[in-house]
Amino acid sequence: MELAVKFVHEQLAAKTELPKFKAGDNVTVNYKIVEGGKERIQSFRGDVLKLQGTGQTATFTVRKISDGVGVERLFPFFSPNIESVQLNKVGKVRRAKLYFLRERSGKRARIKEKRIR
Amino acid sequence: MKGIIGKKIGMTSIFAPDGKQIACTIIEAGPCVVTQVKTEEVDGYTALQLAFGDKTEKHSTKSEINHYAKAQTAPKRFVKEFRNYSLTKALGETISVDIFSEGDTVEVIGTTKGKGFQGVVKRHGFSGVGQQSHGQHDRSRAPGSIGNSSDASRVFKGMRMAGRMGNDRVMLKGLKVLKVFPDKNYILVSGSVPGHNNSIVLIQK
Repeated sequence: MELAVKFVHEQLAAKTELPKFKAGDNVTVNYKIVEGGKERIQSFRGDVLKLQGTGQTATFTVRKISDGVGVERLFPFFSPNIESVQLNKVGKVRRAKLYFLRERSGKRARIKEKRIR
Repeated sequence: MKGIIGKKIGMTSIFAPDGKQIACTIIEAGPCVVTQVKTEEVDGYTALQLAFGDKTEKHSTKSEINHYAKAQTAPKRFVKEFRNYSLTKALGETISVDIFSEGDTVEVIGTTKGKGFQGVVKRHGFSGVGQQSHGQHDRSRAPGSIGNSSDASRVFKGMRMAGRMGNDRVMLKGLKVLKVFPDKNYILVSGSVPGHNNSIVLIQK
């Protein structure tokens, strides 16, 4: 089954490369939305909460605080609607899934930045 | 009508050009060999008998071996008949997945996963009886009353009750063919199809 799935996606997938990022990183996702028949690009900046899945159906979740309300958005890695992803900050975290951020707010919800020498 | 025998490989999802993610099933369909052509004069109806999947001679009876030898092919595992086939095919010809093309609407027939002996809540969608509190216990998934008192004095036929669920032959209509890969004999249909992975399904149009 895995071979067949891989074959199918190899035939269909045509994809621009996204930068490598992981949970805890701060990214800006620029994605296309159709508004009133016109296409435009909207950006969503936040912390990556998790990477999920394998292969062509993998997704990642980005969380941000918008007007004091936590907003999470899930993006498929290979979605043709993703125009680009910018890696803003590399976070220093000790887990792969940062669900604990959901219960935190304000200063406690900060992620330390990893210094790259 | 035209059709083919296939094996369900599994599910995945692909992206439509507008960016929508579509769930789809990969089916390895064919190549099938025409092992018998049934005609109005001889058999009283027209049909094509298709065979799919090889098996060894060791696992075949002599009559099977000779039946397939007429079509000059090895013994096959699965044989199905398709009535009123729209393509004219002779004995021994192969039918491959390219009889379907992208955008076709097809029907898929399969045998659903067996669920075993199930109660009415799962099997017939009953909502269960009563509440969990107010003195009730052990009844939250019960069927409730199954009929009247003295006026019928019996339970009507067809009353939905617990029993074996699944393992039924089911036809799903209106599935879209998303993609056909003739070299690999793969066909991608939208949505799910009945049965577990590696189960036999019929695709017809």
